[in-house]
Amino acid sequence: ALRGGRGPCWPRSGGTRGGAAMDLFGDLRRMNKRQLYYQVLNFAMIVSSALMIWKGLIVVTGSESPIVVVLSGSMEPAFHRGDLLFLTNFHDDPIRAGEIVVFKVEGRDIPIVHRVIKVHEKGNGNIKFLTKGDNNEVDDRGLYKEGQNWLEKKDVVGRARGFLPYVGMVTIIMNDYPKFKYALLAVMGAYVLLKRES
Amino acid sequence: LRKNVEDFTGPRERSDLGFVTFDITADILNGKNGLQTFWNKNTLIIFDWNVKQLFLYLSAEYSTKNNALNQVVLWDKIMLRGDNPKLSLKDMKSKYFFFDDGNGLKGNRNITLTLSWNVVPNAGILPLVTGSGHVSVPFPDTYETTKSY
Repeated sequence: ALRGGRGPCWPRSGGTRGGAAMDLFGDLRRMNKRQLYYQVLNFAMIVSSALMIWKGLIVVTGSESPIVVVLSGSMEPAFHRGDLLFLTNFHDDPIRAGEIVVFKVEGRDIPIVHRVIKVHEKGNGNIKFLTKGDNNEVDDRGLYKEGQNWLEKKDVVGRARGFLPYVGMVTIIMNDYPKFKYALLAVMGAYVLLKRES
Repeated sequence: LRKNVEDFTGPRERSDLGFVTFDITADILNGKNGLQTFWNKNTLIIFDWNVKQLFLYLSAEYSTKNNALNQVVLWDKIMLRGDNPKLSLKDMKSKYFFFDDGNGLKGNRNITLTLSWNVVPNAGILPLVTGSGHVSVPFPDTYETTKSY
């Protein structure tokens, strides 16, 4: 077996020590400072690009959270826990009965995905509306703030325009099992930092 | 038929409560709903491979002095792919209470009932479609005081 030395992209570790892990650490030891900086910058580029895409989506859709994961079964059989929803929130889009809206109750962080069942709009554009989950027996007044009977435009995060089933399950698993999230991040980080392009 | 009753589901003022019974005949598959065909020949199949279900709802739309536009969903139904696409419901009572925000139902001559549906795909866009054909319902000028419904 070849021993040590720089040169080829895939330096071989000693013949007696095989294993991919050994190759990886051997790799790391052989990288000089410049290569390390390069790897870190590469990593930063990937993170920045992801952030830019996300911010771009926020601008284009007008919604503070253009992609949401369905957390409960209150809209079954249309949406199940773990489905992904794509939202838009254009200012000029009127709220109409039958639409599926994602809203946040004042003071709470969790967005709720339900359907609009009542709309009362004044001439000046003031709208108040009531929502209900397809799979719920009663409307959402029990979910609103104490004394609140209607929702307004400002409570709306967006309107559901499209959806993908199951894809959001990853987010739910990461939330329920934080160790999984850290493990995933560690693996991804290690891969990006240590992978060398020949 | 309309009563003025305290809206016990929400605000505590007295609001108009309307009672409507209705018949629905719809042929969703062939797009015939009421008097006209909505779909042209190229889009006859509504329940294609990517349609998981249709969420149908009957909504009443009207204007009042208080509010320029009001929409109240009176009835809804989930129609899964594979269910009978022809609807023929008679003498249905509304599923939800038809409360107005105020007293705008009294003497209101022009309440339009329309059947619409939300197409829920297996994956993709969620369109809202309004069926063609609608009915206008006038409400009487006086309140009903009988107890029966």
